[in-house]
Amino acid sequence: MDLLGHYNYYVVVILMMIGLYAVIARGNMVKKIMGLNLFQTAGFILFISAGKIIGGSTPIYREGVELYSNPLPHVLILTAIVVGIATTAVGLALALRIRETYGSIEDEELVEDDGEDWSFGDR
Amino acid sequence: MSIVDWMPFSVLLPLIAAPVCALLPGRMLPWLLTLIAVLASAVISALVLPQAVQAPLSYHFGNWPPPIGIEYRVDAVNGLLALLISMMALVIVPWMRQSVNQEVPQRQGPFYALFLLAMSGLMGITLTGDAFNVFVFLEISSLSTYALVAHGTRRGALLSAFRYLIMGTLGATFYLIGVGLLYIMTGTLNMADMAERIPEVADTRAVRAAFVFIMVGLGLKLALFPLHRWLPGAYSNAPSAITVFLAATATKVAVYVMLRMVFSVFGVEFALSMPYEEFFLVLGGIGILYASVQAIGQRTAKRMLAYSSVAQIGYIALAVGFVSIDGLTAGLVHLFNHALMKGALFMAVGAVVYRLGSNRIEDFAGLGREMPWTMLGFTLATLSMIGVPLTAGFISKWVLLQAAIADGHWIVVGVVAVGSMLAVVYLGRIIEAAYLRPAPEGRAPVREVGLWFQLPMWVLVLANFWFGIDTSLTLGTATRGAEVLLGVGP
Repeated sequence: MDLLGHYNYYVVVILMMIGLYAVIARGNMVKKIMGLNLFQTAGFILFISAGKIIGGSTPIYREGVELYSNPLPHVLILTAIVVGIATTAVGLALALRIRETYGSIEDEELVEDDGEDWSFGDR
Repeated sequence: MSIVDWMPFSVLLPLIAAPVCALLPGRMLPWLLTLIAVLASAVISALVLPQAVQAPLSYHFGNWPPPIGIEYRVDAVNGLLALLISMMALVIVPWMRQSVNQEVPQRQGPFYALFLLAMSGLMGITLTGDAFNVFVFLEISSLSTYALVAHGTRRGALLSAFRYLIMGTLGATFYLIGVGLLYIMTGTLNMADMAERIPEVADTRAVRAAFVFIMVGLGLKLALFPLHRWLPGAYSNAPSAITVFLAATATKVAVYVMLRMVFSVFGVEFALSMPYEEFFLVLGGIGILYASVQAIGQRTAKRMLAYSSVAQIGYIALAVGFVSIDGLTAGLVHLFNHALMKGALFMAVGAVVYRLGSNRIEDFAGLGREMPWTMLGFTLATLSMIGVPLTAGFISKWVLLQAAIADGHWIVVGVVAVGSMLAVVYLGRIIEAAYLRPAPEGRAPVREVGLWFQLPMWVLVLANFWFGIDTSLTLGTATRGAEVLLGVGP
């Protein structure tokens, strides 16, 4: 019963670990971004789960209902989802540009070549 | 309208100006609008600070009283930080114009818009009294910073921006998870409200996990050793102006959030029940030594200064590791002073990059004669960095050493001394090249940069000496801030 009662939280932990592992262990930048997405989603589910109140109704004020679910986490996570989408967009845009300039998006093959001269105006 | 009603505008004005700025054509108009927005923000911050030192100011958004509504709450700690951010931005915007013209020749409207977003994000993190609001502003500033770093002229900028994005997002999500756990346990997001409810539930695994999540997340953001790997790349590949701004403000704000969460939300007792002191003293100490040694081995000036920043964050970590008035004062003073010195140093290097198109240390040879004012400014800022008396750097190290001696941490005293000596070695390499080595043969004569570069840099250089002699603003406010954080005094 306890296992089922905390079902959401087990999902959160498992998703979080898969996501974090992908970010750390995968060299491919698109896979890294996917891992990041999974990791963020785990955080979102954690918040959303907190909004559920057992026996609570939908949070719309009406006659005869005493107990409402908490709407606040949903609102917060809506913001966080927007942030997540923006992050993914910026990340993918960067990966695209990296592919154009370096010809690869495998992290190990790329080095932040330091010390070379700065070239102005060629980009 | 009283000053409290104006307070949120130090965040809102840059935020509102940003989309307008993105639409403005040409080079002059976006820059001018940025300057106006930053100036307004700085004026408001300067007016707010004296009152916030007396008693905390609180602004309620939409007239919803906290904890229901979002609150901006300003006391001595974040008032000082808001002033630092807006003042640094005000100094950097005039400086950045020519540098940006060279490094970002096209589409400057969006570039300045991103700069304004980054700045307003940092201001928002600083002023808000709501833990979730911190996350939102953290991401506003971080996302615009990733894009700004990617504007760098070298192709490595893209790679650095991507790596920064991965690390930064991980950090922010760790913070979000920590806040989520706290929300589940306390049912509130307002920091002051959370602080009241945490003692009841303090002895639970969820709150302890929240503490660790928040510490690790913010540790990534403030580049605490060993979570600093993103910083050298991001600093050395970003456009020069952005490097100056990031070095002076971004990590400082993360340090502030950490202080606020640890002391104002979790409380001193809770922090001491966790391995808080060990965490900061060990990582701070190793960070100073490791990053200073790394700095010695770097081939380019920007990367060297970036490693030096990691080392300086180590000093701040050491200082906040002492849970005492002296320790926290040292941390806050060093936050402020380090922004002044690193700002001046990166500005000098930025001027060299503008002229030479290179920041390799060997290319500094002979610049002491060809760019005398820039290199003199660099040298004076170096003195502050090392901690020579009469400079701001001396004040921070002095307070830090006092705190260390008062607590009997003699190893820390040794680490600070060794760190300062290593700073002499790595900063000395540039000065040695500039003054003692002749200019390489065949290099075209290098002209000194103009007043747009000189004046802002000299403002910071002189501020280093001003705050080394008159410490009433920095030390006075920081002491007051430390008292607020520890909850003693009025």
